[in-house]
Amino acid sequence: MAAPLTVDTVVAKQPAQTGDIVARLVVLFFAATILCVTAVLVWQLWGSSAPSRHQFGLTFLWSSEWNPNTQQFGALPFIYGTVLTSALALLISVPLGVGSAIFLSELAPAGLSNALTFLIELLAAIPSVIYGLLAIFTVVPLMRSYIEPFLKDTLGFLPFFKGYALGVGFLTAGVVLSIMTIPFIISVSREALLAVPREQREAALALGATRWETTWQVVVPYARLGIFGSVFLALARALGETMAVTMVIGNDPKISASLLAPGYSIAAIIANEFSEATGQVYISALVELGLVLFLLTVIINGFARIMIMATTKKGTKRT
Amino acid sequence: MNKRLLWRKIVNKVMLSLTGLCTLVAVSALFFILGYLLYYGGRSLDWNFFTQLPKPPGETGGGMANAIVGSAEIVAMAALIGLPVGFLAGVYLAEFEDRTGFAASVRYVADLLNGIPSIVIGLLAWGLLVAPMKGFSALSGSIALAVMLIPVVSRQTEQFLREVPNSLREGALALGASKWKMIATVVVPAGSKGILTGMILGVARIAGEAAPLLFTAFNNQFWGQGITQPTASLPVMIYTHAISPFEDWHRQAWAAGLVLILMVLFSNIAARLVLARGVSVPRA
Repeated sequence: MAAPLTVDTVVAKQPAQTGDIVARLVVLFFAATILCVTAVLVWQLWGSSAPSRHQFGLTFLWSSEWNPNTQQFGALPFIYGTVLTSALALLISVPLGVGSAIFLSELAPAGLSNALTFLIELLAAIPSVIYGLLAIFTVVPLMRSYIEPFLKDTLGFLPFFKGYALGVGFLTAGVVLSIMTIPFIISVSREALLAVPREQREAALALGATRWETTWQVVVPYARLGIFGSVFLALARALGETMAVTMVIGNDPKISASLLAPGYSIAAIIANEFSEATGQVYISALVELGLVLFLLTVIINGFARIMIMATTKKGTKRT
Repeated sequence: MNKRLLWRKIVNKVMLSLTGLCTLVAVSALFFILGYLLYYGGRSLDWNFFTQLPKPPGETGGGMANAIVGSAEIVAMAALIGLPVGFLAGVYLAEFEDRTGFAASVRYVADLLNGIPSIVIGLLAWGLLVAPMKGFSALSGSIALAVMLIPVVSRQTEQFLREVPNSLREGALALGASKWKMIATVVVPAGSKGILTGMILGVARIAGEAAPLLFTAFNNQFWGQGITQPTASLPVMIYTHAISPFEDWHRQAWAAGLVLILMVLFSNIAARLVLARGVSVPRA
């Protein structure tokens, strides 16, 4: 039997026209630029970091000395600060975000849910530097005067809450990052929860489960890959977040167990020192930090995409 | 009622209320941010902000006229480069996909590029333009922002073109249109509302970016001297003013923050509510 008549087969049967060939080549060229730009980015990060890679080798990753005067560069304090602040952010934003996603998908009527989701997506549109501006003048004084002294008084026996209440530091950066990552968790998790078939809920309710038991024991496990995906997506955002973190982390390349202590992140040191860096090794060390950040986010984003794709590929119906 | 059932009902009510509380906290963050900016920004904003150059550190008065013009210049150039490239790449992904897997790899790489931190994109533009030209320039900033714009626009264009029903394509072909005529006169116009929405959201997003501009467009206390010279922009100005020790610079930072957020939110709301009525906007 002949191939069914679809747009593709009809077009394939037509004699090739010059216009079509030109159009295909033009759009193909622009699609290829996406590949080229990314290839140039990798080549550029690899090439510009060469002096630092040759001089320090892999010890760059676990050396904790950062001293432009002696030309000693190590990435550990920055990796530590980046990972710690992102982890703190997720600790706050995952429960809040997943909780909100449950409310928006399971409880709120469709109109209210859409309106609230719209507001939350606006939260994601606010520029990073505005978060930083607000954090400097509202969150930092709040942390310095109330929250950090309180933590020291009640939990000060733990190594995590020692030192001075400066207002700036890992904890403040984590709190600011958590607000910035919540919208990503909410909107992707909500999508995953909405993709759970109605029959799953009806079956659980029919067996006598309460609304919460249905949600927590049936709907959430069903959507778990999508929710994990949203968490990884938020993690990738948090790792690369620059302006807000730079403004509140304290900018001190030290590794401290205390969350109240000032620290530094990869993105923050590049933002602070790159435009003023002099000397080949100094500049290339900063580019190598960029390479580390690039690899971190590519890996985490890869995980996120695989998980989100797995939920949507299960063939569930979208509402 | 037995105890076990009572307990389950209590857990049910408590946990469901907690999810509502989570939503309340998340949404109230937006209103806190807007409220603070309106209060502090509104108090600080005056006519000088739009007409005057920044004053030297420590002096009061002045404005950010150069940064407003600089931002417009950098973002317009980025849009001029990024929008056509992203749009045409999106047309390829939606309409010209063949079985070679090339489209799939472009799609994958576009998503990857979209997830790369903006500061790393800044390093790319620095390596391409700032280092060889031995100087910061508005153009290098625009290139960085354009690279951020391309993957967003291409993926959204693709998505909206895919939502155009196939019957429209079949109708055009049945009337004898060639493929490119079908795309240019039927498919793209049918998806144009959504595509335009995606473009506006993309431009609004890059307009607020400071990180990739720090060492590409850099900053400037005076009027820009053309696209090959350091140029001021609102997001970078907010950053330098906010971290400065000067009271009056903080005031300027609030004013700039208010102007920036109003621009970003206005374009977002306009794009989502007015233009995209009935169109589902995918996430960037």
